[in-house]
Amino acid sequence: MLDGISAETLARVQFAFTVSFHIIFPAFSIGLASFLAVLNALWLRTRDTTYLTLFNYWKKIFAVAFGMGVVSGIVMSYQFGTNWSVFSDKAGPVIGPLMAYEVLSAFFLEAGFLGIMLFGRDRVGDKLHMFATGMVAFGTLMSATWILSVNSWMQTPAGYSIAANGQFIPEDWWQIVFNPSFPYRLVHMVLAAFLTTAFVVGAVGALHLLRDRDDREARRMFSMAMWMALIVTPIQIFAGDAHGLNTLEHQPVKVMAMEGHYDSHPEGAPLILFGIPNPAEKRVDYALEIPKLSSLILKHDLNAPLDGLDTVPDTEEPPVPIVFFSFRVMVGLGFAMLAVGLWSGVARLRGRLYTAPWLHRACLLMGPTGFIAVLAGWITTEVGRQPYTVYGLLRTSDSLAPVAAPAVATSLIAFVVVYFFVFGAGTAYILAMMNKRPATPRLGLRDAPVRAAGLVPPGKLDALSPKTPN
Amino acid sequence: MEFDLAFIWAGLIAFAVLTYVILDGFDLGLGILFPFAKSHAERDLMMNSVAPVWDGNETWLVLGGGGLFAVFPLAYAVVMPALYMPIMVMLLALVFRGVSFEYRWRAQKLKWVWDLAFSGGSLVAALCQGIALGALVQGIKIEDRAYAGGWFDWLSPFSLLCGLAVAVGYALLGACWLIMKTEGGICDHMRRLARPLAVATLALIGVVSLWTPFLDPVYFSRWFNLPGSLWSFCVPALMAALVWLLFSGLRGGADRQPFFAALGIFVTCFIGLGISFYPMMVPPSLSIWAAAAPDKSLSFTLVGALVLLPLILSYTAYAYWVFRGKMDPNEGYH
Repeated sequence: MLDGISAETLARVQFAFTVSFHIIFPAFSIGLASFLAVLNALWLRTRDTTYLTLFNYWKKIFAVAFGMGVVSGIVMSYQFGTNWSVFSDKAGPVIGPLMAYEVLSAFFLEAGFLGIMLFGRDRVGDKLHMFATGMVAFGTLMSATWILSVNSWMQTPAGYSIAANGQFIPEDWWQIVFNPSFPYRLVHMVLAAFLTTAFVVGAVGALHLLRDRDDREARRMFSMAMWMALIVTPIQIFAGDAHGLNTLEHQPVKVMAMEGHYDSHPEGAPLILFGIPNPAEKRVDYALEIPKLSSLILKHDLNAPLDGLDTVPDTEEPPVPIVFFSFRVMVGLGFAMLAVGLWSGVARLRGRLYTAPWLHRACLLMGPTGFIAVLAGWITTEVGRQPYTVYGLLRTSDSLAPVAAPAVATSLIAFVVVYFFVFGAGTAYILAMMNKRPATPRLGLRDAPVRAAGLVPPGKLDALSPKTPN
Repeated sequence: MEFDLAFIWAGLIAFAVLTYVILDGFDLGLGILFPFAKSHAERDLMMNSVAPVWDGNETWLVLGGGGLFAVFPLAYAVVMPALYMPIMVMLLALVFRGVSFEYRWRAQKLKWVWDLAFSGGSLVAALCQGIALGALVQGIKIEDRAYAGGWFDWLSPFSLLCGLAVAVGYALLGACWLIMKTEGGICDHMRRLARPLAVATLALIGVVSLWTPFLDPVYFSRWFNLPGSLWSFCVPALMAALVWLLFSGLRGGADRQPFFAALGIFVTCFIGLGISFYPMMVPPSLSIWAAAAPDKSLSFTLVGALVLLPLILSYTAYAYWVFRGKMDPNEGYH
């Protein structure tokens, strides 16, 4: 089935597959952890039980998503060595420590606070429970910070030197961690995680509103999600634009591929809205373009010259069609989110937020779009920086481990089968929970020990409470 | 003052691996014993006895892998391709086993699938860990900073024997853990199972220990020339004492003694391995210092490790302390 494909291609497919599966869970849990912290704070402040019910509802979904994130993450920490050992040896001194910090902070969060957040409310008291919930949210953001720093360093390396044995040697940790593309990527990704969660929450709220427009919890979560859609989507579009300008500065070839600019445009480049890139002929077929708009967006000048892919050798060129299409998927979904946000704003102004079935149907449909946009965005940035793993310095083909194609093919097939089975089942359980009303007393199908990483058994948690009289 | 950072880190990585074996060994062993349970209720109880701790335990594996990448990138880059198959299979087995903790309680018709995933995943993960250890002990061929062997080099009678030894040893730990944590029928049942498991574990350790010095003359000289030969006296003596504690605990009806004696046996084996390996990171040719990242990477990572590791360890110890004693089968942990 996979005969005749090189070990390099197979290893790239395997990494793309495992990392794409993995990113889905953090993209959801980063946003959900913050949402839970907000819900808990609102419950403590207002003592409105709607917030408490919502907290208990989403925390069970969080536990399952977090569990899947943990197991798919274990696989990631070994993928670097098994398939990309030359990369690991060379880049290890720089990115290894950052990844160690990611693991340590994730570990600390897991060991310390998740158990208390999930089970501890009655036993440790509101204050410690709120603290734990806040720390879980903070921990997911810390994890994201470190891992995005690693990725950004691979895109825009800084603060290093190269030793005689070919290893990258850290010279300045500050420059390494805060490399040029890191702040933009971090903001763009964290906002993406928030939006992803908002649209999932909005879809679940919409589903229950379609069934019963008086459902209190459904109204509350739908309203919160639509505020996020209305406020955060424009900020995200702005952040994405800033990230794009940063990419133009540091990785111009990636932007050429995103724009589909095979040719240079000395007198202002057009914005290609849609078309089909033709890599053999080096042009975009059936292009629908707006003259000079690309120069306006990227250079803020209608007549600014823009270089095209004709200025770089073919060996430096990323696979244009993938980057071109995935970028348009991401941007298109972003504007669809903006439209939904504005629609909800209008409905809210007219007092019809909870009684607009077409808005609810649209939101239901938009539920998974955050995940698709996140994946499309990552495909754009990761495929766009090919043919390099460390941009401009270490080629992907020189990063590969000395493994044979059959070994990679076998493990790839095993990963595909196992992931679809295991994570398919997990997703089914999550969807089954979402299908029930938030006020459902027993959400798990049976009375389960919903817990992920709590080292403290909830039965004994009262020992942690400062109030326990003993 | 000059610190030998590479040496400190070798110690920390060894410590992380040992902690993993101590914490996750009984946890995997319990999965291996899952099919021997007599009822659904017994299986629920077995799983609940580790449900609050298993993923904290497994994170040490991520820490071992992540730590190795950070501070010994060359060792990581050589070992992972060399042990490609056992590592990949182990990861997949751990995926199955890990999710079954959550899924088993949500499935109705498919519950048996997750029971099978739990016990099968535990057994396969244990076998793969042993095989990987055996393959590492028998040595990894390195040329030009890369693995230079074939993709089935890990497979040998010796590595298979190590796989079996680790799986049986984990099962022993699992049985002893349940003796400590449960009462009544299941406790007696585990006590009956522990005896033959202990005999088999010791027999397998014996064969592996006698075989190892003959794999490589370097191992032989470390054990049978001074000062190493002092160790060849101490280690077996320690082992004999622990074996006596284990069997007397099993016979005399003690609850905790068998578990801690069995853990002691694992620690002693680990010390023995350390004596064989030192000063190599990856036998036969990659030393700790050759594998280490530059000092700037080692010191940067050490700061975080020195702050967070004690916190994690004290939290873990405290949680186990709170969690001590027999389980109440009716209470569960939910």
